[in-house]
Amino acid sequence: MSSPKWTDEKVEIIIGNLLGAGVLISALVVFCGGVIFLTYHGNSYANYRVFRGEPESLRSIPAIFRYALQLHGGGIIQLGLLLLIATPVARVVFSIFGFAAERDRMYVVFTLIVLLILLFSLFGSSLIA
Amino acid sequence: MNVFEFTGLVGFGSLLAGLLGSLTGLGGGVVLVPLLTIFFKVDIRYAIGASLVSVIATSSGSAAAYVKEGFSNIRIGMFLEIATTIGAVCGAFLAAKVSTSAIAIIFGLVLLYSAYLSRKPRSASDRNVPPDALATRLRMNGSFPDAGGLRHYNVQRVPAGFGLMFGAGALSGLLGIGSGAVKVLAMDHAMKIPFKVSTTTSNFMIGVTAAASAGLYLKRGYIDPGLAMPVMLGVLAGSLWGTRILVKAETKWLRLIFSVVIAVLGVQMLVKGVFGTI
Repeated sequence: MSSPKWTDEKVEIIIGNLLGAGVLISALVVFCGGVIFLTYHGNSYANYRVFRGEPESLRSIPAIFRYALQLHGGGIIQLGLLLLIATPVARVVFSIFGFAAERDRMYVVFTLIVLLILLFSLFGSSLIA
Repeated sequence: MNVFEFTGLVGFGSLLAGLLGSLTGLGGGVVLVPLLTIFFKVDIRYAIGASLVSVIATSSGSAAAYVKEGFSNIRIGMFLEIATTIGAVCGAFLAAKVSTSAIAIIFGLVLLYSAYLSRKPRSASDRNVPPDALATRLRMNGSFPDAGGLRHYNVQRVPAGFGLMFGAGALSGLLGIGSGAVKVLAMDHAMKIPFKVSTTTSNFMIGVTAAASAGLYLKRGYIDPGLAMPVMLGVLAGSLWGTRILVKAETKWLRLIFSVVIAVLGVQMLVKGVFGTI
């Protein structure tokens, strides 16, 4: 009996399904947050003409989690968007395992570089922003 | 306008943008920012934040469909993502340093260029190029299913493609768009990758590129939940709907109309940028 082999094709199919599931879950979370958001703010005045920047509670990852757990509509939407941003990151992480299973060391290194840049943007960007 | 009406209208506009973008293959993100800033009077920074988020959704959402076709090349994609993600971080960093007028002017030029590019004929799919030493070492040459069985292709000029990809990433981070047009240009023209492979690989790369600048945007407070919610849901629904009906639709006229729309929006963004009314 032959053991299941990792091929580019197989890796790609798993990645495609992973991305689809990630987007679906995040869209559901954003939708639920949207319903709560509109219930509380639906009748207030919409104004995006002037840029004020979001409050701290909607900017940092720990603060968004806290805000979402209190069931604030805006916080839940931001949480859904965080899941959406995490989807391509998960794809890159999975690719590392895929290339490793194919014993392609060069591409494991390339993929690690991409992952480091993504993690820097998500967690370390306060150093330059 | 109250929040309820605003959400409904923005959601509908985003649905339309996503649908047209996927039917024509020109991408919905490129018309979103002009739509939000010109018609809904949204500050360009909020518009860019919402657009960037929707770009991740459409790229990841359509990946499953593309993968089944078996055209994309994950090695080319991953290698070039080093360039696009570094570019995206630089672009997002720059976005806070340059004025909104300058961003509007660059946006206008990118729109005009996209409109021009969409009218140019595709390069022949049966071109034969010799293998290149660097591309061979990077194991980029591949094959894809075609009318006459598997067709093999070679990749050329990797450094030029890598440089262009840095630019595509920077534009993506600066403007909150997928910059699929520049990505295809790099792969199709510089690296001589067959059109089918370059479009699907480009779609694959767009999500990762956008995720690289999304972290910075979030931290800077550009991503507003009340605005991003209808934009993301609308564009996603529109683009998924578009891929469903794509097979049946006659897209030649649609492509022409959409590229005229893009050009008109480009001129408007340019004018707004030059006169500082953005």
